[in-house]
Amino acid sequence: MTEPRKFPVGGPIIEVRNVSLNFGGVKAIVDTSFAIREHEIRAIIGPNGAGKSSLLNCISGIYTPSEGHIAYRGEALKDNSPNLSARRGVSRTFQNLALFKRMSVLDNILVGRNLFARSNFLQVALQFPKARTEERENKAKCEEIVEFLEIGAIKNTPVAKLPYGLQKKVELGRALATEASVLLLDEPMAGMNVEEKREMCRFILKVNDELGTTVVLIEHDMGVVMDISDSVVVLDYGKIIADGPPDEVRSNQNVIDAYLGIAHE
Amino acid sequence: MTFTRNDIVNFIVLMAIAFVLLPNLVTSEYWYASILIPWLCLALAAIGQQVVMGYAGQLSLGAAGFMAAGAFTCFNLILRVPGIPFPIALIFSGLVAAAFGVLFGLPSLRVRGIYLMVATLASQFFIIWMIDKFGWFKNYDTSGIITAQDIVIFGKEFSSPIEMFMVVVVIVTVLTLLAINMSRGSTGRSWMAVRDVDIAAESMGISLLRTKLQAFAISAFYCGVAGALFAFTYLKSLEPVAFDIKLSFEILFMVILGGLGTINGAFIGAAFILLFPVLLNSVGNNLFHGAIDATIISATEQVVFGVLIIVFMIYEPLGIAKLWENIKQRLSRSGKEGVEAVRSNPSR
Amino acid sequence: MNSELLFFIEVVVGGLLAGTMYSLVALGFVLIYKASSTFNFAQGAMVFFAVLAFVGFMELGLPFFLAFILTVLLMVLVGYCTERLVLKPLMNQSEDTLLMATIGLGFVLEGLAQAVWGVEVRRLDLGIGDFPIPWIADKTGMFISALDLTAGGLAALMIIILALLFKFTKIGLGLRAVADDAGAASSIGIPLNHIMLLVWSAAGVVALVAGMMWGARAGVQFALVDLALKALPVLIIGGFSSIPGAIVGGLIIGASEKVLEVYLGPFVGGGIEGWAPYVLAICFLLWRPEGLFGEKIIRRV
Repeated sequence: MTEPRKFPVGGPIIEVRNVSLNFGGVKAIVDTSFAIREHEIRAIIGPNGAGKSSLLNCISGIYTPSEGHIAYRGEALKDNSPNLSARRGVSRTFQNLALFKRMSVLDNILVGRNLFARSNFLQVALQFPKARTEERENKAKCEEIVEFLEIGAIKNTPVAKLPYGLQKKVELGRALATEASVLLLDEPMAGMNVEEKREMCRFILKVNDELGTTVVLIEHDMGVVMDISDSVVVLDYGKIIADGPPDEVRSNQNVIDAYLGIAHE
Repeated sequence: MTFTRNDIVNFIVLMAIAFVLLPNLVTSEYWYASILIPWLCLALAAIGQQVVMGYAGQLSLGAAGFMAAGAFTCFNLILRVPGIPFPIALIFSGLVAAAFGVLFGLPSLRVRGIYLMVATLASQFFIIWMIDKFGWFKNYDTSGIITAQDIVIFGKEFSSPIEMFMVVVVIVTVLTLLAINMSRGSTGRSWMAVRDVDIAAESMGISLLRTKLQAFAISAFYCGVAGALFAFTYLKSLEPVAFDIKLSFEILFMVILGGLGTINGAFIGAAFILLFPVLLNSVGNNLFHGAIDATIISATEQVVFGVLIIVFMIYEPLGIAKLWENIKQRLSRSGKEGVEAVRSNPSR
Repeated sequence: MNSELLFFIEVVVGGLLAGTMYSLVALGFVLIYKASSTFNFAQGAMVFFAVLAFVGFMELGLPFFLAFILTVLLMVLVGYCTERLVLKPLMNQSEDTLLMATIGLGFVLEGLAQAVWGVEVRRLDLGIGDFPIPWIADKTGMFISALDLTAGGLAALMIIILALLFKFTKIGLGLRAVADDAGAASSIGIPLNHIMLLVWSAAGVVALVAGMMWGARAGVQFALVDLALKALPVLIIGGFSSIPGAIVGGLIIGASEKVLEVYLGPFVGGGIEGWAPYVLAICFLLWRPEGLFGEKIIRRV
């Protein structure tokens, strides 16, 4: 990037502090600490089963760390839940897609506007002006997102009928609809071809560039990671084995070993 | 605006049928008293079931219990609050039922599926037991048959079948419109999100607690009003036994066969469950001249319902409403194809 | 022993014995759940169907053992049809869809039973008395009948046999594999069909025995189907996948039902047993949803 960023990378917005996560006897995450700085694109990479999704789940409140905690804007979070996380401005997508199968593309994205739907059920039932205005405004915002992601043609299609790549896009749209300051994307490009990946990279960069959204993405494609991320953290067997700019990480011997399956200290 | 031009046209047509066509064409009281009125009342209860199960995905077998709560609340209000307008009594019937709905909906915060279904059975059995055991609810009636009072609105008595039909149509229409609005708006989307992937719903800021309890409350409200209407315009009496587990199963079947998650499905399902036995009965009586035992007929009914449910679950889990949608789409598509064929081959 | 305590013990024992009857019904549910990981709502209707068929065969003049065997064969047929026509086509659907289908199946069986054998209440005379055995009553002051003892004994026997079968035999292991992942199990050579046949036979026997015990006590009538609903709280408390859980759950429900009825009943006019088991189930759900012995329900994100 030759031009100065509109939203230069700032201080830590989310910090993982000495987090460990155990499931029965399985140690999914072991004493992990790293920071996610505001406005950056942070990649989390590592071999399968390294604990990446579990880490994301800890950050977004689905799992509670067995030890350690997550901090948001410097404050340690005492309780966290997906709900609280969303209200704090942290939204996400899921590795195995978690779209609302029986709803259309537009409706799925509209659910992302839930935080901006302040009318109660009575106002909705009786179609009070407040409810109608809200609905109109939320719909307009979602149409913007639909246009941005170039999925206008399928906006009324039930998502179950869409191919995988488009479903992934819709999920991104839903997360974008929350106007979150932090987006956690769990393998947003899995199963996509080169063209689709290029497109998703373009969207992610645009969102980060124009809105300043901090993006944390779990990704397997090293090309993508090198292209768009500002910094990378590498996980293996639940532990961090590298943390730094993409070039550094790529030439780190431990990282190379991990991906090749060679055990290391 | 949640209503399209299509909706408005449909609405006007339906209202014309209800208020103009029917009263002039159908004069037989039997039709109103035994077919239309129970159909609308049960459809309203089925809408309640749709809200909690079809839209919000919470398995519930407590519909009849909430109906009973509504019916007996209405009875007691009219009895003890002299001059209370019927619509007000109905609203309170719904509210009392809604309170039970919230109470017995609490397990939904912890469990789902068959576990939740068993928990809702508690509400069904408890409410009926409570009404039965505490004489106060039945005004210490010992005859076992409590007659429902007359429906009086603004001093006018509505007692003939066609008058009661009008009352039911108005109430059901209003409540159905409210339900449609909710289902198409943010309320309905929250329900459906919780139904489809609750973790994702939560991650979008939806509160599972609020959404689930709200669904139970609204569902019970509809069942409560439906129960009061059912008792006052159809049964014309109040007996706890009329709201037993069998009715809960019937309402469950209505939404399954009619189509989970659609308002149409509630009406279609109610019509089917109500009319099929009537059809079977008349076939039995006319074709076989009463040679078939009543028990065989009711047994056949059960078998047919059971088979239909299994068949629908295998081939079209979204019920008759979806089937109808599919047929309409096929017809319109083949219609379009027909037009295309003619256009491209003008000599035909 | 003072008479208050004695009375309490009497009530509890009575409840426990009634509880074994519930356990017998619950056992059928557990077997099917263990083998196919699906909840077969129609199991209760199968109890009803089984005992009605048995009584029907006897009425045709068949001797006890022949009628018994024929009924078990019939139940295996019912199981086979259920497997092929209901469970298999719905293998990949959501659990809720499957549940609805089994509810529909329950209705089919009830309707069929009604159509074939009618609705009159039938007496089932097994030659086991249902009146308090004199010497027990004299010695301990408790009213326990031969039927109570038989039911309890049979339940215990079946539970022990089945539990051992599941845990220690090759068949049991195969069954657990099938329940976990039928595809994988079949691909390593586990004979799916044989195993399912075995399971449905076992479930059929259990259903028939349960039906016979209840029929001997209360007569064979439609109310048996409501009884099946009572088995649900038993399963919640014991755990859907646990054989010993079925008996523990049954005992708990039976005992608490009786105790609540006797001690709270008089204040509220009785009938508590109609809803108490369900409220008890709710309490368990809030505390321990998987039941006392069931497997924890884990959801992957």
